[in-house]
Amino acid sequence: MAETIIFQSLPSRPAPTQTEGLVPWAKANLFANWQSTLTTLVVGALLLYFIPQFVNWAILTATTVPNAEACRTPGVGACWGVITEKYRLIIFGRYPLEVQWRPLVATLLLLALLVASCTRAFWNKWLLVLWVVIIGTFFTLMYGNVLGLTKVTTDRWGGLPLTIMLSSLSMVMAFPLAIAVALGRRSKLPAIRTFCTIYVELIRGVPLISVLFMASFMFPLFMPQGVTIDVMIRVLAGLTLFAAAYMAEVVRGGLQAMPKGQAEAAASLGLSYWQTQGRIILPQALAMVVPSIVNNFIGLFKDTSLVGIVSLYELTGSLGLALNGDADWRPYKLEGYVFITLIYFSFCFAMSRYSLWIEKQVNKSKLR
Amino acid sequence: MAEAKVAPRTPPTKRDWSWRSQAFRGLMYQILAVVLIGGAVWFLAHNTAENMRIRGIKSGFDFLTAPAGFDIGESLFPFDSNNPYWKAFLIGITNTLRVAIIGIILTTILGTMIGVGRFSRNGLVRGLCQAYVEFFRNVPVLLQLLMWYLLFTELLPDIADAKQVGGFFLSKGGLSFPEPVWASGHVWAIGGLVVGLVAAWFYRRWAQGKFEATGQLRSMVWAPIGVVVAFGIVGWLIGGAPSEFNLPKKGEFSVEGGGSLTPEFLAVLLGLTLYTASFVAEVVRSGISSVARGQGEASQALGLSKNQEMQKVLLPQALRVIIPPMTSQFLNLTKNSSLAVAIGYPDVVSIANTALNQTGRAVECIAIIMLVYLTTSLSTSIFMGWYNAKSAIQER
Amino acid sequence: MINTRLKVAFSAMLAATALTALPAHAGKTLDAIKAKGQIVCGVNTGLAGFSQADAAGNWTGIDADTCKAIAAAVLGDATKIKWVPLNAQQRFAALQSGEIDILARNTTFSLTRDASLGLHQTAVTYYDGQGFMVTTKSKIKDAKQLKGQTVCVQSGTTTEKNLTDFSKANGLGIKPVVFEKVEAATGAYFAGRCIAYTTDASGLASVRNKEAKVPDDHVILPQLISKEPLGPMVRRGDDEWFAIVKWVIYGLLEAEEYGITQANVDQMKTSQDPVVQRILGTTEDTGKLLGLDKEWMAKALKASGNYGEMFERNVGPKSPLKLPRGANNLWNKGGLMYAYPVR
Repeated sequence: MAETIIFQSLPSRPAPTQTEGLVPWAKANLFANWQSTLTTLVVGALLLYFIPQFVNWAILTATTVPNAEACRTPGVGACWGVITEKYRLIIFGRYPLEVQWRPLVATLLLLALLVASCTRAFWNKWLLVLWVVIIGTFFTLMYGNVLGLTKVTTDRWGGLPLTIMLSSLSMVMAFPLAIAVALGRRSKLPAIRTFCTIYVELIRGVPLISVLFMASFMFPLFMPQGVTIDVMIRVLAGLTLFAAAYMAEVVRGGLQAMPKGQAEAAASLGLSYWQTQGRIILPQALAMVVPSIVNNFIGLFKDTSLVGIVSLYELTGSLGLALNGDADWRPYKLEGYVFITLIYFSFCFAMSRYSLWIEKQVNKSKLR
Repeated sequence: MAEAKVAPRTPPTKRDWSWRSQAFRGLMYQILAVVLIGGAVWFLAHNTAENMRIRGIKSGFDFLTAPAGFDIGESLFPFDSNNPYWKAFLIGITNTLRVAIIGIILTTILGTMIGVGRFSRNGLVRGLCQAYVEFFRNVPVLLQLLMWYLLFTELLPDIADAKQVGGFFLSKGGLSFPEPVWASGHVWAIGGLVVGLVAAWFYRRWAQGKFEATGQLRSMVWAPIGVVVAFGIVGWLIGGAPSEFNLPKKGEFSVEGGGSLTPEFLAVLLGLTLYTASFVAEVVRSGISSVARGQGEASQALGLSKNQEMQKVLLPQALRVIIPPMTSQFLNLTKNSSLAVAIGYPDVVSIANTALNQTGRAVECIAIIMLVYLTTSLSTSIFMGWYNAKSAIQER
Repeated sequence: MINTRLKVAFSAMLAATALTALPAHAGKTLDAIKAKGQIVCGVNTGLAGFSQADAAGNWTGIDADTCKAIAAAVLGDATKIKWVPLNAQQRFAALQSGEIDILARNTTFSLTRDASLGLHQTAVTYYDGQGFMVTTKSKIKDAKQLKGQTVCVQSGTTTEKNLTDFSKANGLGIKPVVFEKVEAATGAYFAGRCIAYTTDASGLASVRNKEAKVPDDHVILPQLISKEPLGPMVRRGDDEWFAIVKWVIYGLLEAEEYGITQANVDQMKTSQDPVVQRILGTTEDTGKLLGLDKEWMAKALKASGNYGEMFERNVGPKSPLKLPRGANNLWNKGGLMYAYPVR
């Protein structure tokens, strides 16, 4: 049955009087239609129910007095006193109290170095020299035994300095290994390609904790009679091997994204394999994957919390150290967790913002 | 390999094996690599064997058949301390897989919801989803597990005064729930479900055919689900409607009977799910935003609703971008389940640790851990590779 | 060329690895210890009364004192010790690999450990037994009341197996909740995750008196379900070092038997008792047979005091742990401590 359809133009709508400001925004984003309005009301009600309770617990009824008695008073919310009392133990672990300026200075130096490494203006060969110098200073300050500094053995290192040192150092050491493995995986030589593939797949297939177990329980058995290596060095080596496998994949992604013409052009200019890779391919490929490398670093930074399981007292471990043995403060572990959560969060969040920013920079350069 | 000589040459007619040739150098590099790596491996293995010999450390996998001598707190099938070690490992593996599989399912659901929520029209939902992602992925998963475990063991009521909601009990001892008592009638219900699945498949085929022939749209989701449920209920009724439940009861010190989930399991599951969901949400988000903008606009121009646009246009296209990173997130979840050892969930790492200590076979036990995870990882990537190849767009 | 640069970097890395891998013992343990001037002692990460570090890093406890006595006997200086805190899983590997010279970490002696770990068990420093701690509130009086209950336990210990044996022998069906670290296990018990916590009775006393908010809220059940002889272990393959550790411990015991204390070592040197003279090396040179100097026991006693003093100071009735001497008394006072004669 045929039906005639007549198109009729609708009367044009009046121009919106206001498109900017709170009210139109709310209209478009919160009350656009009945579903949206309902969602807004339900979610808003939940937020209104929970947020005041949380604020009440965390701020209004909280106490910061470093006195466990004050926390046990009924009606008191969060007991931040546990932080004011124990913050040095949490942040510096068992490092001797009177010389804690040393890890503080060492960590600040390392952080400054990290920030510098994130700044484009510093990306040249002097950065490498700076790394060597600052890492040397870091270990001198932490270990002492020279320049009138008392000796502090590695078993007393802990807290945030250890977390930052383990993550940044293993990342830096993993970097050359990762590049070598990434190149190896794309190599035309079958033996080298096979070794690199096996290494990457093997490490990426197992959890970090098993690598750490190996470093801390099994590694001593691998060494010849009479050779021992400090457990911190072993854990550092384990983290490096682990990080390198993941980073190799990132670098390989960058290498794969390079147009073939680049290598061909280099070859036609008469550059050797190493010249082609070192001068043409790698600089471009690496610049492209900087955001992913930063994301890798965030992952590694979070993963260092695992070394607590093999009894190195980094930030997570030192919190346990500070609170587990102390009956007065043990009930306020939650506050301790919140505190170190904030520390981890602020580091990781800042780095993820940086990664986003640099991604935009990279994309910008692609658009040119 | 790219040619590296400046001087113009005639193209080599056969392989050049002079000592400066690439082929020769390549061979040398490879021999060097094999010798170096082989040497390193031999060096380590030799040291290990030598150390073990000198100190009289026993080695080998023969311990796997010896009685384990320890109990395991929770297991899917019965375990007795007289059972051999290999069975203890098997229980550890099933415990790992249990938490990994349930975690992967929950993570996928939650992560997709949050990822899609980033595109909501509602600003509040958008904001909350973003806040969720930013928070959960920037805090170490180990810390999150410890925190959930602490919350479970500190805030929940003591086992003796467990909180009761319906047939459920919640306490520091975990969650107890009514469990249907197995009866032969359940076989009928399962049979009904199977028949329902087959019927639903045929229905979908028929509806798809109808749609392509006439353009009439039939329910493709709810109607098949309805068919499956209906057949299941019919089967259950035929089987005599067995409805006996094993209800948990409060005992003197504990809640007895019924099914139960330990706080360790719940904490691991919750922690892993919430953490991984934040990554999955990002994967889903970037997948959706990778679909060309015109697709969404075109579907709106065709008059599809917002839900239809998401379900029929955006998600299917996003899926091929989503699958590879999703696989690695699933693998991450599985590998992260090894952190369960920190809060006392008897996964394979925990069992291996105990075995390592009882027997002193460090090398063997750690090798077992690695082998288990490697097998899981490799088989998952093979499966996902196959699925990915299947769902990839057929280039014309 | 980058090629050469890579090679240089690689060889530098190899050299660095070789440098960090310093030899710990060149040949015999004793020579190595003398050469490096310190003893590496593996201890517990923190168990009050046995080995625990204070904020300044000073270690105290029976196990720590044993190490100090050995360091004093061997090197003449009880401060020449490198402490390596170890958890239960790490301890044997650390000793096997030579990372530590002696493992003094409240470790139980047993057949499996003796025969398969490549280690030697020296002499018992504490006779213990495994017990249970429950909350007073639970009103549990007897371990057999734990039927079907959850019990927190640390993994990698003999405790885990004993618990299974006990549960099985009595048909209790106890559900163990196994933790990697002792802190996690006690933490879960105090949080109320488990009805009971089990470990060696001395460990229970340590946890109850040092870590419980109100010790009286927790009771240690009277029955012990196992024998736990605790003492230091050394590596196999070095009988001289094994003998030194063993005989320092016997010396500490015999010193108590003959009334030599930390305070009166010097006065006792003039004693006419031939046994005392032999211990303190005033007549016979017992140290020479062990490869030590004549004054070895005198130095050890000055560092740690005799066994009785070590016990009183760290775990005895006047210490926070308030443990009775019981089985750890000398053989002639009704206990099990029977040292071989130092002669």
